[in-house]
Amino acid sequence: MALDDSKKVKNFKVVGTRPNRPDGIDKVTGRARFGADMVAPGMLTGRILRSPHAHARILRIDASKAEALPGVKAVVTRADFGDVPDHVADVMDNCMAGDKALYDGHAVAAIAASSAAVARKALKLIEVDYEVLPHVTDVDEAMKPGAPVLHEGRQQETVPSGMSGNVIARSEFGHGDIEAGLAKADRVVERTYRTGATHQGYIEPHACLATMSADGQGDLWVCTQGHYMVRNVCAAILGLEQGQLRVTASEIGGGFGGKTVVFLEPVALMLAKKSGRPVKMVMSRSEVLRATGPTASTSIDVKIGMTKEGRITAAFAELRYQGGAYPGSPVDMGAMSAFAPYDLENVKTVGWDVVTNRPKAAAYRAPGAPMAAYAVESAIDELAKGFGLDPLAVRLMNGADEGTKASYGPTYPAIGLKATLEAAHRHPHWTAPLGENQGRGVACGFWFNFGGDTCVSLNVTPDGTVTVSEGNPDIGGSRASMTMMAAEELGIPYDQVRTIIADTGSLGQNEVTDGSRVTFAVGLATIEAARAAKREMCRRAAMIWGIDEEAVEWEDGAARPAGPNAGKFPPMTIKEIAAVASNTGGPIAGHHEVTAEGAGVSFATHMVDVEVDPETGATKILRYTVFQDAGRAVHPSYVEGQFQGGAVQGIGWALNEEYIYGEDGILQNAGFLDYRIPVASDLPMIDTVILEIPNPGHPYGVRGVGETSIVPPLAAVANAVSAAAGVRMTRLPMSPPRVLAAMQAAKG
Amino acid sequence: MVKVVLWGSLAESAEGQREVAVEAATLRDLLDGLGETFPGLRAELERGVSVSIDGRVYNDSWFTPIRPDSEVVLLKRLKGG
Repeated sequence: MALDDSKKVKNFKVVGTRPNRPDGIDKVTGRARFGADMVAPGMLTGRILRSPHAHARILRIDASKAEALPGVKAVVTRADFGDVPDHVADVMDNCMAGDKALYDGHAVAAIAASSAAVARKALKLIEVDYEVLPHVTDVDEAMKPGAPVLHEGRQQETVPSGMSGNVIARSEFGHGDIEAGLAKADRVVERTYRTGATHQGYIEPHACLATMSADGQGDLWVCTQGHYMVRNVCAAILGLEQGQLRVTASEIGGGFGGKTVVFLEPVALMLAKKSGRPVKMVMSRSEVLRATGPTASTSIDVKIGMTKEGRITAAFAELRYQGGAYPGSPVDMGAMSAFAPYDLENVKTVGWDVVTNRPKAAAYRAPGAPMAAYAVESAIDELAKGFGLDPLAVRLMNGADEGTKASYGPTYPAIGLKATLEAAHRHPHWTAPLGENQGRGVACGFWFNFGGDTCVSLNVTPDGTVTVSEGNPDIGGSRASMTMMAAEELGIPYDQVRTIIADTGSLGQNEVTDGSRVTFAVGLATIEAARAAKREMCRRAAMIWGIDEEAVEWEDGAARPAGPNAGKFPPMTIKEIAAVASNTGGPIAGHHEVTAEGAGVSFATHMVDVEVDPETGATKILRYTVFQDAGRAVHPSYVEGQFQGGAVQGIGWALNEEYIYGEDGILQNAGFLDYRIPVASDLPMIDTVILEIPNPGHPYGVRGVGETSIVPPLAAVANAVSAAAGVRMTRLPMSPPRVLAAMQAAKG
Repeated sequence: MVKVVLWGSLAESAEGQREVAVEAATLRDLLDGLGETFPGLRAELERGVSVSIDGRVYNDSWFTPIRPDSEVVLLKRLKGG
């Protein structure tokens, strides 16, 4: 649906304001119900037995002693699931290991018991015989020909013969002639960068409550980013018809991509089926870190040539991403997005998807892009500074604009990269003085955004208030933004609309809350549903007035006669029309079902000041500013929150966070004491500058904002730390020991 | 005929061509035509692709119209978080 250019939508009355969030009271008073908050009569406690080995063949599982323990009502292993369709085979194997355990923490068996104490005791009674196999957790090691191989026969036709079976796929993007471009450069920088695997760090662990009745109907209450996805995947794994499984999304305590897949849910349903009782499962923090979906760790080679004036003549990157134990790392997204902010004549990226003995990577905000941006933006920064050039000016000189052929292929429509760079250049942050041991870094970032299947139902109640039903969990303020767009379109106050998250039985298929899609796609459907309701209300008013419905228009929450022959009737408000709906044809509603396309790409520029302690190597963030294009900021406070949250997660990725595996392949830091995410006391207030370059693919111009904000911070912080430390940092996280070692090595 | 730009490694499955032409008025025609004309592309098409048409990215809408002069670029299937 194209941008609505009429005068009416330009004079927004609700969109762009900052009303209170509709879920705020429940969340601050503890009334909101999250995944672990639901109970059911006769409920059992489900627990998972997990592999203590990084790679092992499962020779035998004997659960007889556990089954004999009083209070144990069901035991589930992979054998209970039987064959599953190909499209969910890896998901099944990740939820419950088959022949092999592929990583430390891989689920091997599950128990449902009358209490948590009984369940814990029963887990210890399950006997598992393992044949321990050699393992590999590092991406570069996994690619070597002699590396232990996780799967046979999974390599795609894109991989050259002779490579390790752990190399699953190769992809290549770009245009032009790299060698010819490099020959025109005054200087070429060629470096290898590495990033650690990080977790999304959502506060709420995975949790669900499953019931399965004897007639095959199931219900699932679950903390997820996509309850329709949960329904579809679980139905496929358990052999259910989708219509027989109703899934309700709980409130969600963060997801950031990590809750776009299932882990517990099929197991909980199988335990419920076998026991005939409701089963609740809640992960511990250790389980979340060991056995859900962190992001990929990476190893990236970058080679960029630049003239002394700052023009990039050629840009090449080879990206190696390990995505854990199953194919599907986000390397394609990294390879397509790596150079997307730039207008380049010669550009090429090569991506390698690699499996290792780690938990299967899940999405994490702009999956694959932050690591690629870190490598590319570090090299550009090094080149710019090497020539004594302003790094923002260099990015502006090379920046993509409307009409640029993107490095991944298409020609850009109107985009906002240069607007973010220009705003950064004008901002007082850019010229603020720096002190001793301090450095400033900048970086750009890009994300695609997308839409997908979306349904909205808007109902006008008999008293003229409005309810909106959407099918996406409210993970970033969707109830507020849908309420605002419905109120805007209907011309009624914000407090006259309430938005709810419907269960899977109440609406058609909805894509997962991912790809920064919800404000764009669900907003688009909400606007169309409101327009449908307005048309119906105009029709009802026309019936009452005895005039043609074409002679009625909707303005400021009321139907009004319009045109020279419409007659003179006082406006009928939404409340007046709703009050007589039973007399004019029945209840009034508007619906819209769509596969939303045309989401519109998004760009950001980040600027950060740091101070590095020369004695410890510790980095302190002093000041941080985000400049990002939001298309149209429906609720600016939420948009600012998305900008700030992405920046903070990126800071953690840059400075602290990393999955650390021992020589034994066991995760060494499976808890928030040892896996250190930044907290409020670590950071200054993150400043934000919202730019609004309307998306031509949305009636109000909305673009997704949820993911782009995590793309630049790794590089921005690395560039700042490199400036402060006086040495280029090429490995994340830049923990104090690494920074100190780099500084000492640079001093010789 | 619609000209379709393939990403680098995909060209290897289309007889080395970075740009191919197929008869297509819609996205569905395009995907069907690519698979029929270049069987080497079928594995990737079955794994799922996104398609940029005149700078806008489409994933699933079969009946999205394509003009003969549209810029059409095949992309890896977009994933988000």
